[in-house]
Amino acid sequence: MLRATLKSLLARKLRLILSGLAVVLGVMFVAGAFVVTDTLGRSFDGLFADAYSTTDVGVTAVPKVAVDEVDGEEVPTPLPAVTLDTIKSIPGVRVATGLSEADGARVIGSDGKVLTSVGPPRMGTAWTGEDGLLELRQGRGPTADDEIAVNAAVAKAAGIKLGDRVGVLTLEPKKEFTLVGVWGYSGDRDSLGGVQEVAFTGPVAQKLMLGRTGIFSSIRVEAAAGVTPEQLRDDVAAALGSGYKVRTGEQMAQDNAAGLKEGLSFVNQILLGFAGVALFVGVFLILNTFSIIVAQRTRELALMRALGAGRRQVITSVMVEAVVIGLLASILGLAAGVGVGALLTKLFDAFGGGGLQLAPVGVPLAAVISSFTVGLVVTVVAAVLPALRASRIAPIAAMQDVATPDRPLTAISIAGGAVTAAGAAALGTGLFADAGSADLWLILGGVLVTFIGVALLTPLISRPVISVLGRLFSWSLPGRLGRLNSARNPRRTAITAAALMVGIALVTGVTVVMDSAKSSLRAEAARVLKAEIIISGDQNGPRPPTYDPAVVTSAAAIPGVRAAAALWNDQVSINGAKTWVDAADDLSQLATAFGAGPTAALAADQIAVSQPKATEEGWKTGSQVTIQASRGDPRTYTVVAVYAEDSLPGSIMMPAAATKDFGITQPILGFVRLDPGTTVDAVLPQIKTLLADSPEVSATDANAFVEQQVSTFDTIITMIQVLLALAILIAVLGVINTLALSVLERTRELGLLRAVGLGRAQTMRMITVEAVVISVFGALLGVVVGAGLGTAVTRALENDGITELVLPWSRMATYLLLAALVGVIAAVIPAIRAARLNILGAIAHD
Amino acid sequence: MTPTTTGEAIAARADEVWKVYGSGEARVVALRGVSASFGQGRFTAIMGPSGSGKSTLMHCLAGLDTVDRGSVHIGGTQVSGLGDKALTRLRRDRVGFIFQQFNLLPTLSAAENIKLPLDIAGRKPDPQWWDVVIDTVGLRDRLSHRPSQLSGGQQQRVACARALVARPDVIFADEPTGNLDSRSGAEVLSFLRASVREHRQTIVMVTHDPVAASYADRVVFLADGEFVDELHDPTAETVLDTMKRLDTYGEPVMI
Repeated sequence: MLRATLKSLLARKLRLILSGLAVVLGVMFVAGAFVVTDTLGRSFDGLFADAYSTTDVGVTAVPKVAVDEVDGEEVPTPLPAVTLDTIKSIPGVRVATGLSEADGARVIGSDGKVLTSVGPPRMGTAWTGEDGLLELRQGRGPTADDEIAVNAAVAKAAGIKLGDRVGVLTLEPKKEFTLVGVWGYSGDRDSLGGVQEVAFTGPVAQKLMLGRTGIFSSIRVEAAAGVTPEQLRDDVAAALGSGYKVRTGEQMAQDNAAGLKEGLSFVNQILLGFAGVALFVGVFLILNTFSIIVAQRTRELALMRALGAGRRQVITSVMVEAVVIGLLASILGLAAGVGVGALLTKLFDAFGGGGLQLAPVGVPLAAVISSFTVGLVVTVVAAVLPALRASRIAPIAAMQDVATPDRPLTAISIAGGAVTAAGAAALGTGLFADAGSADLWLILGGVLVTFIGVALLTPLISRPVISVLGRLFSWSLPGRLGRLNSARNPRRTAITAAALMVGIALVTGVTVVMDSAKSSLRAEAARVLKAEIIISGDQNGPRPPTYDPAVVTSAAAIPGVRAAAALWNDQVSINGAKTWVDAADDLSQLATAFGAGPTAALAADQIAVSQPKATEEGWKTGSQVTIQASRGDPRTYTVVAVYAEDSLPGSIMMPAAATKDFGITQPILGFVRLDPGTTVDAVLPQIKTLLADSPEVSATDANAFVEQQVSTFDTIITMIQVLLALAILIAVLGVINTLALSVLERTRELGLLRAVGLGRAQTMRMITVEAVVISVFGALLGVVVGAGLGTAVTRALENDGITELVLPWSRMATYLLLAALVGVIAAVIPAIRAARLNILGAIAHD
Repeated sequence: MTPTTTGEAIAARADEVWKVYGSGEARVVALRGVSASFGQGRFTAIMGPSGSGKSTLMHCLAGLDTVDRGSVHIGGTQVSGLGDKALTRLRRDRVGFIFQQFNLLPTLSAAENIKLPLDIAGRKPDPQWWDVVIDTVGLRDRLSHRPSQLSGGQQQRVACARALVARPDVIFADEPTGNLDSRSGAEVLSFLRASVREHRQTIVMVTHDPVAASYADRVVFLADGEFVDELHDPTAETVLDTMKRLDTYGEPVMI
């Protein structure tokens, strides 16, 4: 029996390759995800191990406001100079160095543009001289207050050389320095992990990066001979008391790497999510292939049963096929995944600036285990139903003409209805009821179960829909024959179309939500934004672009400008809870720019809060609120005004005086409102001139600003489309597979049609119509299901600001057209095969 | 020896046709210079033992297979040497087929199956002729049925109607009764003979059944890829006798 199974497996290579390919692609994503995470993770480990190789023990202060990687950047709490003296006096300390470094030193290149960074920080540091790691390549370290040195990565990217005057943006607006030195790192590295670094003299670094002199961001301690880092750590911790984080260099390296790896695990989850979609679609494809194979082998299997093979043996024979395919596909998928992983790692590094010393690509055990598990489980699960069906073939079928009667669709449709209802219920509960942490799982599970339910209903739906769809093509005989053929085996058509549905439905669903969000944002902007000119910049990396607030003051004086206001923001801690706050230099100007009523400026100890926030916190005019900003000590403010929601940005408005304690001490947005009758064109050039020294931002008219914000959603849609293209590709394999089988099964019919005068071109057209009808049917299902899912999600997000529901008709039409195109492409090979059939051989075909 | 039907128009003709399959040791000569012509409005049966080349001859005549040497004509058109397009058009417009396996399209109703060659050609059936054909085959109350709802005899009658309705120059029938019981077979054969007698249809039928051959006006016999004998106005007995003689004298056949 086993030999017979393997023989028949080999006899149908092409089909198995096609269905195996789906598993290969899915497994490839899974393995690739693990390989990327592993390789990059080890690269980060190596990077930080290097960066902290000269640190035995590091001391930092507990941050004022704890911020995680996803939210933005944590602002380090400075250590006073006294702490350094305390540490120096601890026995066992050989050297203690106070470091003054922070992210946010942005160098202006020779082209006048700010060097951007996609991930690695742009550090401003105090020059501490060469050590085993840092090596000067040219010049010297900075000694005067207007001198800097930069690492080689910065020098290359900015196109600057020794002696140049270089502009640097820090906590303060643009300042110019003379470049006196360029350094690199041991091993001929331009930077560590693509980090851009600018070194100032000590006091300048403290002032520009930390906000004032006489403080350090951290202290690096080297142990005296014979003292272990652990021992030193415990001694330092004991000497300093609470409020400090004292870690060995090794621990700091691990902690820093862990932070980045957390970000990576997010990437990992996205990749695995798409692998999941691909494999889910793959299950449909494999299920279909096995069903068809079993149907074709009916006689053969019946003969085996007649010869004495038991049901169990028949099931085993089908399952062995599945296991063999699953194994082969897993091996190929794993190999491809390692390749993809290596490629993605390189891509990631290139995207991040190319500074990472990549660890050699490794294949973690997790990748191997998950590849084989996923590959085998998916294939075997998909083969279970066909195997059971095969075991029910009666031995008598060997003697009869194999006319498989159309089985009624009642049972499958009832099951489909029930499953769809269950899926919709889970989805609804997840979206609208508050089930806490179970929400996400309810939503994902609901979507998955809904897909399965709709797939089960598809055979029932396919009859009327295909007959309507097919009429579009029925103007010619080949078209009509193609339509009839596509309606011939509703289950097969349905499962092929359902595979396509999944990808299209997800894309459509995301598009509905994103387009709704876009439209809501536009409507919101139209309602709230009264300013005609906005000052803003493109944010790349965790740090928003900033500008000199003096620009706004000058802008307010331009004739025709009614109001000009700068806006700051920060994450603060109120009663231990993190929240975003905003601040304006002049609240009355901001209020005018937003079209709110006249408002008095806020005094240094006053705040204004929005109506919803006040209700939520139980604040009213006169309430005292203690706020801990990113820097400095907590301060108590008095609520002096409660403003209507959206009449001003944000929910808590702080005075200008508070901004010196913000993580980012410069404004990130600016709003300019014009007098009636003044045109944007009259004022915009003057404001652009004012921004000459703030190259990170630009001034645009409000519409362009809104469109720029909205374009983020288009980027998301494009990314989702690209990733789900894989699922759609697998579905296309399914269409090819189904068609190839149809051609094979209908050899005799094709022979007859050719014999009675159907031309080659007509034959190809007939097959193409069948493919197009199946594909468009699948896409139609996908668009409808996706629009439904998208509508449900959009409605559920109504309270989160997505107030408008937009169905993206043109995109949905595009998906349908694409599906038709996909059908045409999928039909090429089967159609050519059909057209090339030898008529005589075909007619006699058994 | 070249059998001809003198004094009649020729519907189809084979001249010195050779057909060889395979090469080397697997080389099989299916036709060795066969010449034969088939008169218009006549019902001709081609007979011969298995492997005699009778089906090959028919396939070559119908333009389903190519010849290696010699030529084939249908009416005034030389079939041998035509390209795929011209052959397709020839089959569509001038030739009808009836196969042993019925070969109906399961997705189409009986009426649609009958109209298929006309639909492919984009022609409409002549309503009068349509009625004649439908009534002759006796399928009027079955026209909307699918092939799976028809008996074997009915399916073959649909196939016959499909061949007739386009009024082709020649209908080629390949063992049309091979899959039918004797009663259904007799029905189909009488019907074919009637279409020749009453409507001057030309039919060339390959069979190995002497009873089926007895319905024809003339029987030509092949053996080993060569023309060996012919009978006019045959009966089952005379056909059987000729067959026996051919079998007895075996190969090489002496003529």
